[in-house]
Order: sequence, then C-alpha cells, then structure tokens
Amino acid sequence: MKATINGEMRELPDGITLAGLLEDLGAPRSGIAVARNQQVVRRAEFDTQQIADGDTIEIIKAVAGG
Amino acid sequence: MNDTLTIGKYQFSSRLILGTGKYPSMQVMQDAHAASGAEMVTVAIRRINLDDPTGKTMLDYIDRNKLRILPNTAGCYSAKDAVLTAQLARELLETDLIKLEVIGDPQTLHPDARETLAAAEQLIADGFTVLPYIGDDPVVCKQLEELGCAAVMPLAAPIGSGLGVCNPYTIRIIKERANVPVIVDAGVGTASDAAIAMELGVDALLMNTGIAAAKDPILMAHAMKNAVVAGRQAFLAGRMEKRLYANASSPMQNLISTTQSGM
Repeated sequence: MKATINGEMRELPDGITLAGLLEDLGAPRSGIAVARNQQVVRRAEFDTQQIADGDTIEIIKAVAGG
Repeated sequence: MNDTLTIGKYQFSSRLILGTGKYPSMQVMQDAHAASGAEMVTVAIRRINLDDPTGKTMLDYIDRNKLRILPNTAGCYSAKDAVLTAQLARELLETDLIKLEVIGDPQTLHPDARETLAAAEQLIADGFTVLPYIGDDPVVCKQLEELGCAAVMPLAAPIGSGLGVCNPYTIRIIKERANVPVIVDAGVGTASDAAIAMELGVDALLMNTGIAAAKDPILMAHAMKNAVVAGRQAFLAGRMEKRLYANASSPMQNLISTTQSGM
C-alpha cells in the first residue's frame, strides 16, 4: 500500500495505524499534530485510525516564525 | 494606569506581540522575549522532517507559563491551506487563536484579501479566534471585522522590510473605524516606528525582524517595549495642536531691559 507522507510517497504495511506510522518513522507522539486527507486526527485516535491506500498524511510541528 | 488589551476572550497588559523567527540563537530569542515584556509570541507550522523526526520544535523554547502562543498560517497561498494549517495548529497547541496569513505574492508578501476573507469566514465558523494579517485597506479591514475577526492586523510596511509606517493616514482611518483591536503587523524597524504606530492609536504591535535582526536583539527588545509604552501613553495623553509659528513658553511680561526707553 502506498500513502503520501509529508509530500513523499511511501510504501507502508497494510492496515498500519497512525500510531504505527509515527513509531516506524521514529517520530514522537507529542509536539506534533497529524492530518489525514485534510482532516485533523485527534491524538486519541492515533491508535485506531488506519491508513488506507492513497491517503495523504501531514505530520506537523511548531517552528520559528513571525 | 489600567490599560488592558482585550482580543476576543483574551486579555493582555503588554501591547507588544513578538515573533520567534530569525533570531541568532534560541537563547537570544528567549532573552529578547523576556526583555520585551511580551505576553504572546507567534510560531509557524511546518511539516516535520521525516529524516530527523525527533528534532526539537519551537515549543521546547517557549515557556508557556509566561507566554501565550499565537500560531500563524504563514506560507499559505490559499484559504484551503490556511484553514488546514490553523486546524493542525489548534490540535498541536490547544489554542483557538490563529494569526491568519494568506500570502498573495512571494516578493512583496502582501496578503491575498480574497483568500484571507474566505479563510477567516471558515475559521470563525469553526470556532477560532481569528487575527488576520492584511493590507492597510480600511474596506477589507471592515469586512474582516464584520465576519467576526477578533482583531485586524494591517501591515505598516512589507514583512521584514523595516520601513516603518508607510501610510499613517490609512492606519489611522482603519483604527478610527474599527470596533475590534487594530494590531499593526509587519514593517516596524526601530523604536520610533513603534512609537509612531502607537501614537496613531492602534491597540498593539506585532513584530519579528525589527527585534530579531537588530545587532543587539535583546537591547532592541527593551527599546521596543519602551517605545510601545511611550507611544501608547502619548496617544492617551492627546498630543498638542501643531502650529506653524513659535509660541513662547516663558512669560512675555516684565522682561529685563537695558535700553533707556524701556519698551
């Protein structure tokens, strides 16, 4: 299955959850927020939301800005 | 003197809002924030680096017990991107505050009024406290207010230009007609610019480069704090009428004279 993570096409295991993706990426669960197909996913749903083929995932953080 | 700034449901005693960009180091930024007396700072929202996902984020450098965070939608060129960025910021930061910034042109970084209005409408319907960065256009500022924005944030000059208040007349008109706080956002280069903006009667200033790009950002943060206070007090005090000719401050009667005839 393929999904676009932060603009990069990635091959992912079928049925992987958002929590699983974050773990595979080595990303923390705090200090970030996630959108799946332009919808924000609440932190509490990371363990249950499964990524589907063709999904677009955004994982963001706060950076310097004015 | 009790002179509280109220933006939506939020109250501030400082009228200076700072950015977190372009500082020479995080330590200098933190010291400048402290020196400025600011109670709110902006952050931008960006994708994490998939090759270094555990890197520090700006949240590691902001003491949220002292500073409220105002996330921005900087870098967005469409209402759609700005709305998603704002929603992600709300989830990340647990705040309904958003500095709405939808850019229309990469060279001037002037806002796109149409996309800004569209995004503001959607974000207000979604429960956000929206602070839109916008051109110094009294009509668009009024339209943003009528949509329900908690403040309007006209630019003094292009972002990062340090040119100061380029059109004090439009800023004054925006302020005179507004029923929400007017926050001058972008273009303030030094303390006199800040004082001039505040003397026009605007409610607050948002600045980044004017402090971050100073040779001594911490000292400039002090200067900006003082300038904002001075400009605000001068506005409240009400300046004297300007006049073309001199008007002596010392009495004109009982003058000492060394000529025999007196007068």
